[in-house]
Amino acid sequence: MNLIAKAKPKDYKSSVKPIWCPGCGHFSVLNALTKAFAALGIDKDDTVLVSGIGCSSRLPAYVDSYGFHGVHGRGLAIAQGLKVARPDLTVIALGGDGDGFSIGGNHFIHACRRNVNITYIAMDNEVYGMTKGQASPTTAADWDHSKLTPHGPGVRPFKPAALALASGAPWIARGYSGNPNQLARLIAEAVEHPGFSFVHVLSQCITFCPEQTDWKAVVSEREAPALTDADAAASLFLHENGFQTGVLYNAARNAWPPEQVERQSTDITEGFRL
Amino acid sequence: MTGTELSIAITGAGGAGVISVGELLLQAWAKEGGRGLLRKAFGPQIRGGESAALLKLTETERYTAARQYDVLLAFDWNNFTRFGDEIRIARDALVICEPACDPPPEVLAAQPRLLRFPMARLAADTHAEGRVNMFALGLLGRLLGLPLDSLEQLTLQKLKAKPEAYRHAAIACISAGTTQAPDCELSLPKMGAKGAWYMSGNQAAGLGALEAGVRFVAAYPITPASDVLEWMAGGLEKLNGNLVQAEDELAAINMTIGAAFGGVPSLTATSGPGLALMTESIGLAVASETPVTILNVMRGGPSTGIPTKSEQSDLNIALHGLHGDAPHLVLAPLDIADCVFTSGWAVNLAQGLQTAAIVLSDQFIGQSTAVISEPLRCESQVAGAQDNDNDYLRYRLTDSGVSTLAIPGDADQRFTADGLEHDEKGTPSARDDDHQLQLAKRARKLTTYNYGNAWARVQGNGQVALVCFGSASAAVNEAADLLARQGINVRTVSLRLLAPLQREQLTAALEACNTVFVVEQNHGGQLFQYLRGMMDFNQALHSYSRAGPVPLSGHAIATAVAQEVTV
Repeated sequence: MNLIAKAKPKDYKSSVKPIWCPGCGHFSVLNALTKAFAALGIDKDDTVLVSGIGCSSRLPAYVDSYGFHGVHGRGLAIAQGLKVARPDLTVIALGGDGDGFSIGGNHFIHACRRNVNITYIAMDNEVYGMTKGQASPTTAADWDHSKLTPHGPGVRPFKPAALALASGAPWIARGYSGNPNQLARLIAEAVEHPGFSFVHVLSQCITFCPEQTDWKAVVSEREAPALTDADAAASLFLHENGFQTGVLYNAARNAWPPEQVERQSTDITEGFRL
Repeated sequence: MTGTELSIAITGAGGAGVISVGELLLQAWAKEGGRGLLRKAFGPQIRGGESAALLKLTETERYTAARQYDVLLAFDWNNFTRFGDEIRIARDALVICEPACDPPPEVLAAQPRLLRFPMARLAADTHAEGRVNMFALGLLGRLLGLPLDSLEQLTLQKLKAKPEAYRHAAIACISAGTTQAPDCELSLPKMGAKGAWYMSGNQAAGLGALEAGVRFVAAYPITPASDVLEWMAGGLEKLNGNLVQAEDELAAINMTIGAAFGGVPSLTATSGPGLALMTESIGLAVASETPVTILNVMRGGPSTGIPTKSEQSDLNIALHGLHGDAPHLVLAPLDIADCVFTSGWAVNLAQGLQTAAIVLSDQFIGQSTAVISEPLRCESQVAGAQDNDNDYLRYRLTDSGVSTLAIPGDADQRFTADGLEHDEKGTPSARDDDHQLQLAKRARKLTTYNYGNAWARVQGNGQVALVCFGSASAAVNEAADLLARQGINVRTVSLRLLAPLQREQLTAALEACNTVFVVEQNHGGQLFQYLRGMMDFNQALHSYSRAGPVPLSGHAIATAVAQEVTV
């Protein structure tokens, strides 16, 4: 998707100053998001950003749309309830790797399966930043920087894209905070996708994982078009290095819930009268 | 006691159609103008466990569980004995059973009129696919003097999805049961006005919520709340609303909050374990001032407890289960018909006061079905806040504490709702003044609102008061009647609004009393402790608390009260 701005990205920013550390990848995600909004000419009044808890989940307050900053791990549930009740709105859920894949993991699985027409942006820095640097579900097994797990977490990290695919997500992309222009394109495409769209963003934590600045050397844009075959996608997600970016998977699947049909009777008391 | 009552127990194996017999019998009874209650008792098994339809035919609509049974129809004795003390046989009861097996000693001890009747064989003789439960329906229908055509019509309606042969067999068996029923004298309650309604408390709570505007429900299945959801699924479809079966209770409450944030009145229903899982997010609804209603159908606890039986033991968690200072509403319906009113009121209050309302129903009223006059609806609506200021502030500090609630789509009122403490605009804040002011605002909107007369049902006059909440009301009022016969006049106060507690009104209601009994169905005296902590009492204060699973008994309450006040 080539983005041609219909409005200015800065028009979508609120006056609230982010709490993020200087150099945090989430600034890029915020910029990419507002850039995507500007390109889509999104109506601020009809857009809701929903999040859980964590550094990245602070983002809704920084955007001049409606927003809901919920409790840890439950952003996807709030977003789905909102979209089902108000299908006219553009609903975007976002949060971090701990929020989305650990405490909110069950909601992630079922959001992929349910396929409500929302976008989920997971800002993955492989660490719990807000609680000062503990290992998350995507942290490498030997990452020994946390006093909580001084020898590393010792367990294999999640592969979010593989998990999403296995759970039935119809649209999966990966972006990188170091490439905000590409990320803006991915987000815009995700928002336009008529179903659940999952954008996995490698968003570096400069404070607790300074080694992530090396990501720029390994991140690569995937040249091939999005896979439409689940077998091929499974093979890709299980064997890749996790640093390929782009729209990785795009399979047509009807979103839920289906459109309602007109009912013959609207009398809800009829069953109670003998 | 008001008028004649007749209690009938029908017991058998789960899946044998015992409940269907009870339902059809009560429906046919109601069609003639009769009043009555059907309680369903189950073991934990889905199929093959014990199952009982416990009918109480009455002349009033004050429905307590039967103390003992005047008629028992047992398909077998194995399943009957599994209920233990829950089904006691009245002296001289009519007991109908198969000839092959002898009744257990506790049944014979009541010296019943024993009617050994080969129901299974007669059903099989009638039709190759004949089922004994339909034969029993015909037999019992005849004993109650119910018209055969009415039984047949109701049965065909119930079996409309079944194959033709199945329906044909059912009708043949009902007819055979009617014609072969022996003559037995039963003292029947008088009929009342025809045209009554027939519904369970769970259905009534669902109806009240939908009529109050609920158009979104998210929930996770749990006994004994699942049938609220099953009814609401159909109701919401008719009203173009939505029901989402969530992956767990954490998702259910958060989906409900999300839909409510979108301006759609929303509800979730659950029972104790689910309520426990939801509490963090109910606090989010309170802090973000998002209106949600949580219908909690109480069952025996703690932990998995006794899922299929009733108890009023979730009062503590409903009142005190949220972390931080999180003022919210707690209500309790007083009976099956009142489930319509109270759940409607809860939705209206939650919407108007922009907070969470927890409704404490229970398995007894939730899963019992009753014949009731058309239920009273809650008409009261909370007036919305008027924000004339050009600069929209979602959490503006107003006198009433209620601020204007914008919803997505509203032009130029954009805000981010937040569970983090926030300033008037909604921007996260850890400042002392913002915290103090927002805490006070959220408390103020509940304490300054005028809840009117619906806070409790106050009945009778006397120096002794029985105070209870929710479904204990019927047993408490039965106790009051029994005590009046002993010359002890009693005032009953059945609390419908538990939080915020209407202290002034309750004090005034108890002004003429010198003795107060707090009656509830739990072990620890949760209401008693709450009232003692919240109020000063001039009266001698007593606690009557008895945990489930056996329903509260007016007789037992009356005995305990009489003992105390006549000493």
